[in-house]
Amino acid sequence: MAVGSAPPAPADPAGAAVEVRDLRKALGGRTVLDGLSFRAERASVTALLGPNGAGKTTTVACCEGLRRPDSGSVRVLGLDPHADAGALRPRVGVMLQDGGLPTGVGALEALRHVAGLHTRPLDVGALAERLGLTSFARTRVRRLSGGQRQRLAVACALVGRPELVFLDEPSAGLDPQARLAVWDVVREARASGVSVVLTTHLMEEAERLADAVVVVDHGRVVASGTPEELTRAPAALTFTARPGLPTTSLLSALPVGAQVAETSPGRYAVTGVEVDPRVVATLTSWCAGHDVLPEGLGPVRRTLEDVFLDLTGRSLR
Amino acid sequence: MSASAAAKAPGRAPLDLSPAGTAAPWGRRVRHQAAFEARIALRNGEQLLLTLVLPVLVLVGVTRVASLDLGEGERPALAVAGVLALAVVSTAFTGQAIATGFDRRNGVLRLLATSPLGRSGLLAGKVLAVLALVLVQVLVLGAAGALVGWRPAAGALLAAVPALLLGVAAFTALGLLLAGTVRAEGTLAVANFAWVLLLAGGGLVLPSPLGAAGGLLPSGALGDALRAAVGARELALGPLLVLAAWAVAASLAVARWFRWE
Repeated sequence: MAVGSAPPAPADPAGAAVEVRDLRKALGGRTVLDGLSFRAERASVTALLGPNGAGKTTTVACCEGLRRPDSGSVRVLGLDPHADAGALRPRVGVMLQDGGLPTGVGALEALRHVAGLHTRPLDVGALAERLGLTSFARTRVRRLSGGQRQRLAVACALVGRPELVFLDEPSAGLDPQARLAVWDVVREARASGVSVVLTTHLMEEAERLADAVVVVDHGRVVASGTPEELTRAPAALTFTARPGLPTTSLLSALPVGAQVAETSPGRYAVTGVEVDPRVVATLTSWCAGHDVLPEGLGPVRRTLEDVFLDLTGRSLR
Repeated sequence: MSASAAAKAPGRAPLDLSPAGTAAPWGRRVRHQAAFEARIALRNGEQLLLTLVLPVLVLVGVTRVASLDLGEGERPALAVAGVLALAVVSTAFTGQAIATGFDRRNGVLRLLATSPLGRSGLLAGKVLAVLALVLVQVLVLGAAGALVGWRPAAGALLAAVPALLLGVAAFTALGLLLAGTVRAEGTLAVANFAWVLLLAGGGLVLPSPLGAAGGLLPSGALGDALRAAVGARELALGPLLVLAAWAVAASLAVARWFRWE
């Protein structure tokens, strides 16, 4: 259960937390953003999901005012990240992918420094405890492990009590316990009315943490929706029966494009076809004709990973 | 488990994350940043070596070696003047360039640019930190000067203030220019090498061997201005104008070419 009360998000709550339209950016002659558009709602977690080099970090940098897009528009809390930078900086928390923490000071000293730039920061001790920073509170930042730095960077992004926080790969290099601690704090922030935009290439993070997922590839949005929406269409129909069924005749009964495979002895999967009631009926009547009881028959939902790989390709790049 | 023990369980400290992002006032942010940077510099062994230990050793050296020509005037005062010039270069140029160069490489500049500090506040904080460190150097080197026989005439340090301020402005801008255009390892090498070169022949501690041309270098102008101020309680307008010109030119170059990442 979340600790603390959750007052409503202040200031123009009607607008989106982030609205990006037709963003284009070339870096070093290479097109990084190619007409990217998305909208992040307030008090929700929006995940930009994509392979390395998809343009996630550049998108976030444009929203943070660290990069200027070549064209397109960016509104952050209804404001322009460049023209209204002074008004936005106190209200927006940032965690950079490469950390950006001062290296010559102790971990909590760095956190206190960022806190001191605000008038009503979070309690540094409580935040440190929540993110497990106390065990290395006095260790110089340059001596921290990657995961420790990562958590400190998340703390620095949140310590000013922002309305909106950008987290660029918050879970990279974290062990499972630390990841859960970060997810807990992110969920708690959302419950308190904070809008969160994070980038990730971890399916599990997008699936379990995000209210909305924006799949980015080659500088464009290739799909977006809730994790539920993205994985709604079942990918396969599976069942168990005796090994060695003559599946060729089943295939001819199914719609064109369907594939039937015995994935392991006695385990069958029908793929390549939209799983609807008629496909199920065809399958069961074929089974009846062959005196087969299809045990455990049912549609298998696609995972976010299946969707992601279908959209962005399976080959390494 | 009792309720109080549960409340103390790790990971459950009360945390009010509800949005309330307001920036501290500009002046407080800049002072906060300056104190932060000055603390880091004063804790860094290499920086202390460069900004305090070596200048003190140079001070002792030049007052003892009678064969070194320090220029016209009282020897301990001229030595203190030259070492103050060296100290300004150590802190404003070499120290600031190295710290900023690595902060730039490590993304610290980018992160702070997104904080309420912003880019202007970050630069202002750096300048204020340099001024604070130079003040510490003046106190330490003044005390060391007294130990080697310097008896400051009234107003000698006051007369040095314009030269110190213009020197800080010119060399901080030059240090930032280096840090903002060259990668960190290159900055480290150039900043240290330049310190040695300027110490040897830049007109900081000893009058420049290059004569009038040396007076056009920012180092020569700073050395000359401080020797005039500390040695003779005079404002040397020529060297001060040269320093001002360097400060303006280098600041414009920083505005034009400094890259934040």
